Amino acid sequence: MSSDDQILEEFTSKEYEHGWSVNFEADEAPMGLNEEIVRFISHKKNEPKWLLDWRLKSYRHWAQLKEPKWANVEYPKIDYQGIKYYSAPKKGGKIKSLNELDPEMIKTFERLGISLNEQKRLSGIAVDAVIDSVSVATTFKETLSELGIIFCSFSEAVHEHPELIKKYLGSVIPAADNYFSALNSAVFSDGSFCYIPKGVRCPMELSTYFRINAANTGQFERTLIIAEDDSYVSYLEGCTAPMRDENQLHAAVVEIYAAKNAEVKYSTVQNWYPGNKDGTGGIYNFVTKRGICAGDHAKISWTQVETGSAVTWKYPSCILKGDHSVGEFYSVAVTNNYQQADTGTKMIHLGKHTKSRIVSKGISAGKSQNSYRGHVKVSKRATHSRNFSQCDSLLMGNQCGAHTFPYIDVDNSNSQIEHEATTSKIGEDQIFYCKQRGLDEESSVALIVNGFAKEVMNNLPMEFAVEAQKLLALTLEGSVG
Amino acid sequence: MISIKNLHAKIEGKKILKGINLEVKPGEVHAIMGPNGSGKSTLASVLTGRDGYEITDGSVIFENKNLLDLDTEERAREGIFLAFQYPVEIPGVSTTNFLKTALNQIRQHRGEKNLDAVSFLKLVKSKMKLVDIDQSLLSRSLNEGFSGGEKKRNEIFQMAMLEPKLSILDETDSGLDIDALRIVANGVNSLKSKDNASILITHYQRLLDYIMPDFVHVLFDGKIVKTGNKSLALELEEKGYDWIKVKHSSLETI
Ligand SMILES: Nc1ncnc2c1ncn2[C@@H]1O[C@H](COP(=O)(O)OP(=O)(O)O)[C@@H](O)[C@H]1O
Ligand SMILES: [Mg+2]
Repeated sequence: MSSDDQILEEFTSKEYEHGWSVNFEADEAPMGLNEEIVRFISHKKNEPKWLLDWRLKSYRHWAQLKEPKWANVEYPKIDYQGIKYYSAPKKGGKIKSLNELDPEMIKTFERLGISLNEQKRLSGIAVDAVIDSVSVATTFKETLSELGIIFCSFSEAVHEHPELIKKYLGSVIPAADNYFSALNSAVFSDGSFCYIPKGVRCPMELSTYFRINAANTGQFERTLIIAEDDSYVSYLEGCTAPMRDENQLHAAVVEIYAAKNAEVKYSTVQNWYPGNKDGTGGIYNFVTKRGICAGDHAKISWTQVETGSAVTWKYPSCILKGDHSVGEFYSVAVTNNYQQADTGTKMIHLGKHTKSRIVSKGISAGKSQNSYRGHVKVSKRATHSRNFSQCDSLLMGNQCGAHTFPYIDVDNSNSQIEHEATTSKIGEDQIFYCKQRGLDEESSVALIVNGFAKEVMNNLPMEFAVEAQKLLALTLEGSVG
Repeated sequence: MISIKNLHAKIEGKKILKGINLEVKPGEVHAIMGPNGSGKSTLASVLTGRDGYEITDGSVIFENKNLLDLDTEERAREGIFLAFQYPVEIPGVSTTNFLKTALNQIRQHRGEKNLDAVSFLKLVKSKMKLVDIDQSLLSRSLNEGFSGGEKKRNEIFQMAMLEPKLSILDETDSGLDIDALRIVANGVNSLKSKDNASILITHYQRLLDYIMPDFVHVLFDGKIVKTGNKSLALELEEKGYDWIKVKHSSLETI
């Protein structure tokens, strides 16, 4: 047996770290999906009629759509009537201060390494914590509001800032965009809302932490970020879920609007439960994320570290409408055991002199399948535009797969497109070299993998980067090398 | 320090080492010479515990421990270092970061605390001088895009950082110009002490113009067929390996 194979075998014993669940008393919708359920959710959230109508329209559209099948993933048919579309911890929801928060919930987040207590936070990160369908706490609201920054749960924004929600909801990702965005638009329960006024640089990282807790529930959250002219914000998203034998559906929508000269950095460390080593259970992660650089010189940068989920279907994209606007996508996707990931980006160049950069690092281990799917579109008007794409795959063992599907469409003659792709195997000689210097096998693998992913990791905010490095190593230990 | 007795090893069913006997004491420098394919790198691989080799006979005692029972990383932590003939590239990992991880694991093994950033940097600075290596090289990806000479110097730099008891240098001299050779040799000489030892594997005697060996061994067809001092190396230089080949091949055909 070669040492690569041994590493694979030895590492299959580690378990998912966040696989516990807590029994909160929950307020739930009955199982299944129909117009009544949509009304139930909207009623629970005490929503205005226009929003209910928007949901119903989305639902009716969804009901006519077929689940997309083009992604390079395979999974049993999802029974959309076998899912609960709303579950809220009873003690969460409408609280006025963190002191009223259920101590169990505070503990839940502390177990995840997230303190909801503002005094306890060392680094400047404001957190919006979402359990199952509901935002349970948002920290540092007052500090931020002094700058005119709005950072709150989506439901709260619906009531407090209806004009903004009305204007921007669905403006980047129309409800009818795709099957999962239509589903989300019908049943989304909560999420985060963020507004940065003109000329303001948000002084701290804003972050949303998602946790699926209840069984048999889907999670459908929605995030909307609006950055006005000359503003800046860096946004972080993290997520975990308990270990359950059934597959759970997560279909989120994230919309970003960047006005003239605004810059939005959106970083994700996705650590949903990936299922066990035989491929049982795990989250189906079908997410639509898109940002628009609406004004000139705007910039949107997506960075993602995807380690969890049984199936991932996710393409954070940028519409580069403003002249000289910039879109970036930095991604590390790790798959192990029976995980499947089909992820990538779309860069739609509409404005002149627009630039995009794609750096995708796929790491496959076990019996997993890891695909990069990217679309670079340069319209006729987008003269003098540039794209650079780099897609690297690292294979561990010989039972996994890495695939690259780049689509390139250029409708003018003076734009420049570069695409580079490599595939490599983690080498026995690399591991031997490390071990000869005294490193054990796990550290050797962690070092090599983190080196491979470095260009992406370097884009994460410091606090997140350390976490993400550990997570990469852990995912591969727990399932691969 | 190390005592190799009657060592036999196979790879993919093919017998490569056919009864090696070698005794190295602290403070000594041993040179192992021999034509290509005689088993020099195989000996280095077997001593460092590389996968794929089957030890069919013999024993290796290193500092009172049965070396062949230890994993590669345990041997390294016990103080065995191999300067590779072909150092591998590890993209995205700087030499500095790599060595910090290695050094800390070695220190943990010895029950010592991790070096703090300041002390580590001091150590790096002092060892850099020994091999005249540039700071910028150390922050680049390990060996990626390094020239042949830079790779070899980097190996000696790592050796200086990890302070092994027994260093095995596998053809560290090959592919080096005279200046680089001198730098590498200087590094090795200044690291030499009465408590450590080295085995220099080489094809040519010119390295031995710079590093004075206590013993010179000739490895041929998996066996040490001749042992002498520096003058044996000079003799090999003059006559080539053919006379050894003829002598020993003819023995086998008898
Ligand atoms: N992985 C391998 N599989 C089969 N034969 C090998 C392998 N590695 C080395 N050999 C053979 O072992 C012999 C000794 O090789 P090596 O130890 O590299 O010699 P040297 O370093 O003295 O030039 C050679 O005949 C070589 O072809
Ligand atoms: Mg050799």
